Amino acid sequence: MTGAPAPEGRRSEALKERYIVDGDDFQAAGSASSAMKKLLRSLGVPPEAIRRAAICMYEGEINMVIHANGGEAEVAFDGETITMTLADSGPGIPDPELALREGWSTATDAIRDLGFGAGMGLPNMKRNSDEMTIDSTAGQGTTITMTVRV
Amino acid sequence: MTIGEVRTLLDARVLCGEEMLEQTVLSACGSDMMSDVLAFVKEQSVLLTGLVNPQVIRTAEMMDMRCVVFVRGKMPDEAMLALARSHDMAVLTTPLRMYTACGRLYEAGLKGEDLS
Repeated sequence: MTGAPAPEGRRSEALKERYIVDGDDFQAAGSASSAMKKLLRSLGVPPEAIRRAAICMYEGEINMVIHANGGEAEVAFDGETITMTLADSGPGIPDPELALREGWSTATDAIRDLGFGAGMGLPNMKRNSDEMTIDSTAGQGTTITMTVRV
Repeated sequence: MTIGEVRTLLDARVLCGEEMLEQTVLSACGSDMMSDVLAFVKEQSVLLTGLVNPQVIRTAEMMDMRCVVFVRGKMPDEAMLALARSHDMAVLTTPLRMYTACGRLYEAGLKGEDLS
């Protein structure tokens, strides 16, 4: 993690945290989202905004683990907006517009057996964020940026 | 309805969160697909599922749920229970199948989410 943790309750202070998402450990997936949730709670962010951000981050984290062999997540909070940046070096998303369609998925049956891969991840991230951008290059990776206003 | 009443209605065993049995829950949902729970659930506080892996607890955590019920006699491992404990979540297991478990809770007044 980078950046000095902000003292509890000081929401006006800009804050940035970085988390490594391990692509080899499905069991541990979600730990970055959990850490972010705890952090936002300690900063006094309203529960509804925390929940929306947590869903965005968790869906993204799961995607990074099952599709891209992990990556990095950065969370920034300036007192008004939570910005989550998820970057991986995976295969990329050839057609982001298609990937945003509910039900469209490239997940394998093995992933569905784990309870994911219904083609709801990206649409759900878009729905729960105020803004979302997908920057993806085939064969090089994907960076997804999402904001949630408090 | 309290989590204790959920336990009684489902003939369930409490695996962790005994101290939460007096807590009130207002609604519930049942699914084996965590993708769908994350996409469609809004305010439910009980999750019924037949899926057993740590992401069930993580999903419930992200959705601020208070109670997870494993149906069909499924048993989570100790790591999952430890994760649930760390987030103040009650975990139950019932021998009932999903349909019957949901039906009993619904009949007793624990509703799902209104479509709107």
